[in-house]
Amino acid sequence: MAERSIWLVILAGAAATYLWRGLGVALAGRIDPGDAVFRWTGCVAYALLAGLIARMIVLPLGELQETALWVRLAAAALALAAFYATRKNILIAAATGVGAVALFAWLGGV
Amino acid sequence: MAQARAVVRRAVLVGVREAFGLPALTLTASYLAFGSLIRASGLGLLPGLATTFGMWALPGQVALVELYGLGASLGVIAATVALTNARFLPMTVVLMPHLRAPGRPRWLYYAAAQLIAVTSWVLAMQRTPALAEEERLPYFLGLSLVLWGGCFVGTAAGYVLAGGLPHALSLGLVFLNPLYFMLIFALDLRERSRLLALMAGAVVGPLLHLLSPDWGLLATGFVAGSFAFGVDRVMARRQASRATAGRHG
Repeated sequence: MAERSIWLVILAGAAATYLWRGLGVALAGRIDPGDAVFRWTGCVAYALLAGLIARMIVLPLGELQETALWVRLAAAALALAAFYATRKNILIAAATGVGAVALFAWLGGV
Repeated sequence: MAQARAVVRRAVLVGVREAFGLPALTLTASYLAFGSLIRASGLGLLPGLATTFGMWALPGQVALVELYGLGASLGVIAATVALTNARFLPMTVVLMPHLRAPGRPRWLYYAAAQLIAVTSWVLAMQRTPALAEEERLPYFLGLSLVLWGGCFVGTAAGYVLAGGLPHALSLGLVFLNPLYFMLIFALDLRERSRLLALMAGAVVGPLLHLLSPDWGLLATGFVAGSFAFGVDRVMARRQASRATAGRHG
């Protein structure tokens, strides 16, 4: 592919992304926050994001595919355990999870 | 007027302060991995920064770079990015009422929408209800502009450092992105419908992705979101009828 076309691709990617944000602003003005439609939209948003995060952990794309599923699940579980053990300290929890993946990878146990 | 401006400035600073520290740090670290992906794909730093500017949505950016590297057509790339980022529609619809205040021009909201990403969205959803109406948008702008800035730093640093980090550590940093998202959602699980939607989405998401990598995410939103909405309504109705029964009995 020609080098210059990357800019066209980025422009298309930006438009394909902003489309949803802009449409969201336009629609938000028409939906009453007290409405059932609004509450349903909220459920859809949270479900989508949880689905995305779970997919990124269970079925990652790219480099993380080198690590075993059980390593990623164990790291996520350890991070959650650290999170609740430290009264929701995200720094400690995130460091625990990242450290677990890095350690397993370093030990070659991936 | 001067007083109103002081309120705005203070709210912006609250957002800036909340972004600095862990939220900006984790996003910057997550974008380190993106920067090194840019380098490995043979793209220049400038196109990489341009995707962070124009899209600011990590999974979509990764998809774009990988598909471009594979030689996919413009149409395929645009469609994939659109599907990957369709989450911004319900996210924006839900966040906007949290940012609105009377007497502001509409374009401000359209501009602010570019700054909606997972981290800024979750933090704003959790924080804005406790703020006064006129403080909410300034808070969001302060918060998300710092986060956005951190992502440019991360993209550039990742590009420069690419290959320089120990492999095990860079794997850990890639893992940081979903891990951090998971943790900030776990910060606030008090609302039943949210909790139900998060649990259902987490279970259904990977399964539907296996069925269809393209449509799986959207289908997850519809299926798991509608399920959570329905269960929440049934539970609310039961509670209500139990409460009335209690009053009568």
